[in-house]
Amino acid sequence: MTDQNDGTADVAHEPPTATSTSNEEIQRAGGLDDSEAPAPSTTSSGELATRFADPGLPAHTYRRSDIDPAAAKRREREVAALFGLSTLGTLLFIVAYFAVKPADASPSELIARVGLSTKLLGLGLGLSLFCIGAAAIHWAKTLMPDDEVVGVRKPMRSSDEDRREAIAALKEGAAGAGLGRRKLIRNSMLGALAPLGLLAIIPLRDLGPLPGAKLTGTAWKAGKRLISDPAGHPIKAADVPIGGVVHILPEGIEKMEHRLNEEAKATAILIRLAPEDLTRQRADRKGWDVSGIVAYSKVCTHVGCPVGLYEQQTHHLLCPCHQSTFDVERNCAVIFGPAARPLPQLKLTTDSEGYLVAAQDFDEPVGPSYWERG
Amino acid sequence: MHEHEHEHEPMHDQPPSHRHGSTRTFVRLLTTPLRALSRRRRSRFAPLVLLLLGLAITGGAYAAVAPPPQAEASTGVASASIKEGRQLYLKNCSSCHGLNAEGTSDGPSLVGVGAAAVDFQVGTGRMPARQDGPQIQRKRVEFTQDEINAMAAYVASLGPGPAVPDKEQLDYADADAAEGGAIYRTNCSMCHNFAGKGGALSRGKYAPSLDGVSPKHIYEAMLTGPQSMPVFGDGTMPPEDKKAIIKYLKITEQEASPGGASLGKIGPVTEGAVGWLVGLGALIACAVWLGAKAR
Amino acid sequence: MATLEQRAGNAANEIDERFGSANFVKRSARKIFPDHWSFMLGEIALYSFIILLLTGTFLTLWFTPSQGEVVYEGSYVPLHGLTMSEAYASTLRISFDVRGGLIIRQIHHWAALIFAASMFVHASRVFFTGAFRKPRETNWLIGVGLITLTIIEGLLGYSLPDDLLSGTGFRIAEGVLLAIPLVGTYLSFFLFGGEFPGEDLIPRIYTMHVLLLPGIFLALITAHLMLVWYQKHTQYPGPGRTEKNTVGYPFFPVYTAKAGGFFFIVFGVTTLLSAFATINPIWLFGPYTPTQVTAGSQPDFYMGFLEGVLRLFPNWEIQAWGFTLPLNVLIPTLVIPGLLFTSMALYPMIERWVTGDNSEHHVLDRPRNVPTRTGLGVMAITTWLILLAAGANDVIAITFHLSINAITWFFRIAIFVVPPIAYVVTKRICLGLQRRDRDLVLHGRETGRIVRLPNGEMIEVHEPISETERYKLTAHQVPEPIQLEPSTDTNGIPRRRVLASKMRARASRFYFEDRVPPPTPSDTHELESSGHH
Repeated sequence: MTDQNDGTADVAHEPPTATSTSNEEIQRAGGLDDSEAPAPSTTSSGELATRFADPGLPAHTYRRSDIDPAAAKRREREVAALFGLSTLGTLLFIVAYFAVKPADASPSELIARVGLSTKLLGLGLGLSLFCIGAAAIHWAKTLMPDDEVVGVRKPMRSSDEDRREAIAALKEGAAGAGLGRRKLIRNSMLGALAPLGLLAIIPLRDLGPLPGAKLTGTAWKAGKRLISDPAGHPIKAADVPIGGVVHILPEGIEKMEHRLNEEAKATAILIRLAPEDLTRQRADRKGWDVSGIVAYSKVCTHVGCPVGLYEQQTHHLLCPCHQSTFDVERNCAVIFGPAARPLPQLKLTTDSEGYLVAAQDFDEPVGPSYWERG
Repeated sequence: MHEHEHEHEPMHDQPPSHRHGSTRTFVRLLTTPLRALSRRRRSRFAPLVLLLLGLAITGGAYAAVAPPPQAEASTGVASASIKEGRQLYLKNCSSCHGLNAEGTSDGPSLVGVGAAAVDFQVGTGRMPARQDGPQIQRKRVEFTQDEINAMAAYVASLGPGPAVPDKEQLDYADADAAEGGAIYRTNCSMCHNFAGKGGALSRGKYAPSLDGVSPKHIYEAMLTGPQSMPVFGDGTMPPEDKKAIIKYLKITEQEASPGGASLGKIGPVTEGAVGWLVGLGALIACAVWLGAKAR
Repeated sequence: MATLEQRAGNAANEIDERFGSANFVKRSARKIFPDHWSFMLGEIALYSFIILLLTGTFLTLWFTPSQGEVVYEGSYVPLHGLTMSEAYASTLRISFDVRGGLIIRQIHHWAALIFAASMFVHASRVFFTGAFRKPRETNWLIGVGLITLTIIEGLLGYSLPDDLLSGTGFRIAEGVLLAIPLVGTYLSFFLFGGEFPGEDLIPRIYTMHVLLLPGIFLALITAHLMLVWYQKHTQYPGPGRTEKNTVGYPFFPVYTAKAGGFFFIVFGVTTLLSAFATINPIWLFGPYTPTQVTAGSQPDFYMGFLEGVLRLFPNWEIQAWGFTLPLNVLIPTLVIPGLLFTSMALYPMIERWVTGDNSEHHVLDRPRNVPTRTGLGVMAITTWLILLAAGANDVIAITFHLSINAITWFFRIAIFVVPPIAYVVTKRICLGLQRRDRDLVLHGRETGRIVRLPNGEMIEVHEPISETERYKLTAHQVPEPIQLEPSTDTNGIPRRRVLASKMRARASRFYFEDRVPPPTPSDTHELESSGHH
């Protein structure tokens, strides 16, 4: 509060003038105005007649803490109380950290203990930080000087003289380097610098293998049994009730080298339709089902989410990500949403033991479209 | 697009499930919570235990007076119950499903849907249906469990279908919750969401929230595939898998949210709303306080 | 006290002898910062960024950026025995086994949301008040760059825990990469180190998330702040505030205390939010595997508008000459955002070209005084909100029991109909407010006092507004539309670039045709002489 007097030295309640001298920016202003080209054209001499005059900054109103020492003391105590509360928050954090240990909790108490720990630590930390902030701002608002100070703003543009000197310096330097004269050096330098970017890009080549035909085939092969995902049971046709679905993968996929990559392509859904719901299937897909059991790729042809929402009554498959809807009665033709192509169908048959198997791999690439897909 | 808005119960060829004496069931039900207690789940599972105890007492009381319905249905011992069920059926269901449950243009045939379908549909209040939207909703149950059992017995007597799961099928105490979670996320979460909060289907239909749904009804839903839901028959999803799913759902349903308010457990949408309205909102309020002149 | 001062003096001397810092301190300590709550929006973003750096560093101490598979044996029972990536397992460890891990994770995620949200709001403030005008176009461009990077940085952070939502997000990103003509599959294979999901993604995006992008952020934020410092902050119009001064509080002590204190406020509020509200409960989502998905798979809100376009766009795909061009992915995810961000970045240049205003601006516009710009801004925000809502159409459907198909169609139509309406309505409101301002200046404020004149007429007494207020309402300029230049110059020689000048005249009309010029002293003079009050 004692330094309030220092602060008010360059306070101007009047419109800014170049008379206050304590501010360095203001001191400089006098020199600038002479050399400076007139700034915005918005101010012209004829303006006075067409615009209202600027009345200048409104008069400063004093705060209660400026006038009343008791009020100032109260503010001081409030600030101190906030800082004190912050210290309490820090203490709470430290105590909670050592007192509440989720690691000691039994499995059944784990969640409650983690919850308690999280709440107490968060409350302590939050209180500790928030109160420091509140104290500082309260202090600044009520006890630090709140007189508005006016500073001079100079235009960003440099003075003409500075510009001239800058250009002269650059010209001198360029002449010294002979950039204009020594064309051989200039051109060979450009030739050396230009391809540098390649050095950054070329080594990225080994980020991954080239796509090749990897996107076209999946782990499904003729004779591969269908197993349920994730339990891994093989499936017989009689096991699947009408209206039933099974999320399926090809047998043996769990032992493949890149299991997740293979699952990401091979994942499929098996659905059993009633005989009367099979009448609208495409002619060229006759015989792809086993007594009404059909299987489709689960990878959406839009951007690849697993399409798994099967509505048993309408026979629609819905993608949960972007709501593309496929009609299973019509070989998963798109009936709504952003997907453009039907889900690829997996041709099914049974093996000698009566288990459902794939008759072949998908006859087209699964998943989202890409340029080379054709 | 032809869209059936009515129940469309599929045919089943599973045999009726195992039968158990009522006393054994009663004992089992009472021991379930005790076992849960002994597994050091006291504090956290207290509500679950209470729920189970409540269920056990009601179930036990019922079991003491009447044998389980599937037993009568298949053995035909309590034909009185079937008769009573038929009376209830004629009064409450036949206008849509036909005098002999053969189905009409207003409702599907109930021949072969099994007792489980009746117990689920009537036991969750979906039946008798009040048709006022794209989907028949869960609502107040209009019948006592006795009456439901009687109707279930009647429908089960019409043709073989999935029976109401018995107590052993519903005893999921020993099931593997983590495995259940994995099965749930492959087979169920795309519709019902990762925490069983439900999700949207096409054209106003939806997968309902699983909160507060009894294990029996969850089991029956998987077995019978009500409305839009597909059927998860025992052949491709064995009873152990179903139990594991139920255990996972019940554990996560009871589980407190360790990070504070759960915000509905529906993903980033509510989080975004809270981030804007509460987080940024509070900060802007602080900024306004900061910018206001003190008096 | 004297000794303290002496010691401080000694220290200052040691520093100044080495760095000559007195000159800088002398100028900086009294540097003036205009004060307004809306100037703190950018600070919320800045401080959230610092919080993200701090909490992020804490998280890196336990996080394992690896897709190597492990069987979970940690504390959280409902996931026991499942195969998962080390990234997911270590995130579970942070959440359940590291003391304070969950609160730090939640602070990190909430701070990310607040960071992004405050940037949107800050950019809106800058836009609506015209703070982007000369000489601050560069800072606007840096800001647009920061917002773009935030979306990418956020997506990477969302993906690192490798939970079911994370993986679904990157599955979609793969689909987007594949859609790029010619090089799409190559880009995808290079990013994932082969096929999706591969084993390289998490380590790679980890480095991007914790090193590369934060480094770029730091550089851009530093440049942004240095420009603010060097060009000095703008200020709102008002008496005593001109293009040639700055009115506010000195950097030291008032601004230091307020801005420094505000950092703690931002950190504190974010922490309290994190103590009481869960964010991203990854243990419920389960580990990512490509065969699983959950209903309500949504991105964080800053990606929401992209998700929205992706959901609304029709299923167009071109197959010709043995190649496929998936427009249904390419346009919504790459072309439309590209256009949106480019037009946002170029807006200051476009407006300058239209207005022909080449002067410096340090006094802000009141949004109502620039109705066309304000209308365009509200139109852009409306578009963004519709797309954001469309990205959550499934949540809207389940919450309000509506048909998701109907909602999608509603948004498909609304995206063309509502923004133009928002533009027109906003512009009308702005012009209306301007007219009200004009009335206030000319006729004063209604007092509610009714007086009966000697001739029996009843009138309400209007009280003239103060000089200060009058100046605030009349200080702005309202340009007139640029007139089309004649197609030949004074010598009858045809001008070049006729088309450009025609376009410019049309654009200028679009901006300034509807205008309410601020009242002038002569207007009030006329009023007074005509005997009105």
